[in-house]
Amino acid sequence: MKAKVYVTLKKSIADPQGTAIKGALHKSGYNNVEDVRIGKLIELDLGEITKEAAEEQLKVMCEKLLANTVIESYQYEII
Amino acid sequence: MKFGIIVFPGSNCDIDCYHVLKEVLNQETEYVWHDTEDIEDFDCIVLPGGFSYGDYLRCGAVAQFSKVMDSIKVHAAKGKPVIGICNGFQILTEAGLLPGALVRNANLKFICDIAALKIENTETPVTNCYEAGEIIHIPIAHGEGNYVVDEDTLEDMKAHGQILFTYVNNPNGSIVDIAGVCNKEKNIIGLMPHPERASEALLGNTDGLKFFQSIIHHLEEGFSNGK
Repeated sequence: MKAKVYVTLKKSIADPQGTAIKGALHKSGYNNVEDVRIGKLIELDLGEITKEAAEEQLKVMCEKLLANTVIESYQYEII
Repeated sequence: MKFGIIVFPGSNCDIDCYHVLKEVLNQETEYVWHDTEDIEDFDCIVLPGGFSYGDYLRCGAVAQFSKVMDSIKVHAAKGKPVIGICNGFQILTEAGLLPGALVRNANLKFICDIAALKIENTETPVTNCYEAGEIIHIPIAHGEGNYVVDEDTLEDMKAHGQILFTYVNNPNGSIVDIAGVCNKEKNIIGLMPHPERASEALLGNTDGLKFFQSIIHHLEEGFSNGK
């Protein structure tokens, strides 16, 4: 079972990296870009487990380690 | 009185902390490797600065799962002091022992400088030798020192005197200029500046010495009260 976890800064947390990249995109002519947020993509191979077990594990992994829920939100997909 | 300096893979201010406590202030001090479980003997634990586990994922994120962290939680629950400096502060927030989090500096740069700090609360284990409102100059060296916390928690922290040090000229974007905080019980302390780098006249600055003298004073008072 494989999974992808996406971790992003919460909307309430300023993202200076995103702001810097938005500036660079504007300089490249993409003036229509209104917002850029940087996040992380974490790919996991969970071995031979059921989808239900994977869901359960992913939630705990995200809460405990993969995201810091004080500042970050997470989403995951099982593939 | 015995100090324990926790050493994680990637700690690099451990020797500085050891030097100040052991050589400058003549305190019994030992290094404690991160997989140590028994820290009963220590009166004060210091989590030093550095780049534990290469700052992988987030600063302090991996170190929070070191074996010694479970023992530190027990140590702290007894009311004994735990001091996190720079990366140590990041580890304490990641472990949930201090409120808030430390994110990328607002200007995206690693800042290595001397910061003017204001002492906001003198009734804590690390500030009792300073004067209220005193301005001290302490080195900072961090890329992720931008302290963030939600509004409700911030109000609660203000009400309980948990903001210990603020920047006179905010270098990193921290909310309300916060440089150092503590928990409600005031025995878990975290700060981004490095008092251990400003504790010897030879280095041209002794503003950080009172930080460590405050801890010694705090522990001595505890002992004289039979704690």
